[in-house]
Amino acid sequence: MFRQAAHRLLTRSTTIRRLYSTEVATDASSGDSAFVEAWKKVAPNIDPPKTPIQFMEPRPPTPSTLPSKLTVNFVLPYAAELSKAEVDMVIVPATTGQMGILPGHVPTIAELKPGLLSVHEGNDVKKYFISSGFAFVHSNSYTDILAVEAVPLDRIDPAQVQKGLSEFTQKLSSASTDLDKAEAQIGVDVHSALNSALTG
Amino acid sequence: MASTAAVPFWRSAGMTYITYSNICANLVRNCLKEPFKSEAISREKVHFSVSRWVDGKPQKPTIRSDTPEV
Repeated sequence: MFRQAAHRLLTRSTTIRRLYSTEVATDASSGDSAFVEAWKKVAPNIDPPKTPIQFMEPRPPTPSTLPSKLTVNFVLPYAAELSKAEVDMVIVPATTGQMGILPGHVPTIAELKPGLLSVHEGNDVKKYFISSGFAFVHSNSYTDILAVEAVPLDRIDPAQVQKGLSEFTQKLSSASTDLDKAEAQIGVDVHSALNSALTG
Repeated sequence: MASTAAVPFWRSAGMTYITYSNICANLVRNCLKEPFKSEAISREKVHFSVSRWVDGKPQKPTIRSDTPEV
């Protein structure tokens, strides 16, 4: 703690504060101006090549008034379930409980536990069971939900869920090492979440 | 400054987040109905070959096609 304070005293007056990512100019379509100038000095007749930053889509700006819809990117490692979908609300299973995300939600990073994700658009609700993952809410009302496995509820087999639940409950009571107990506990958590998703 | 945040049970048992996440995903895949279950399992199969190096030379590689274990 004291080491950090001494370091900050030394650098405070001598270095410029680094900009936060939200303050950096996001429109890079004109390219890196310092690079373009240097290029023109050396090779004035040839057009400067495009730099990587020009290929990147700029971050969507934070609107000054509350947007009316939430833009959701719901992705899995092998597919994008929803890509820039405009919805009214999503409810994600965060480790701290079911969290509802509406347009204008404060920027948040939430770790997800195995549970039910519901996407509300007008009167339709689409439900998925997520195995685990993260949800990021950005200040421009873009929400990124990253999950490892997400299945619509009708693809889950209730008999398997019951079997798994009883098997892991039994493993939990007979587990000896910490690691076995942890694995059995995970099994119990996942199967009971599946169970309540199917019945609730 | 010591952090006093509560650690999740799997972290205190020595498991990393990736292991935890993969175990959860495998359990969910095992509970799927038939055509989806075999698709999911075949999608997640891993095949790799490992070769040890001794004195700067690769030894005979071993092929491992581990199905991800729970």
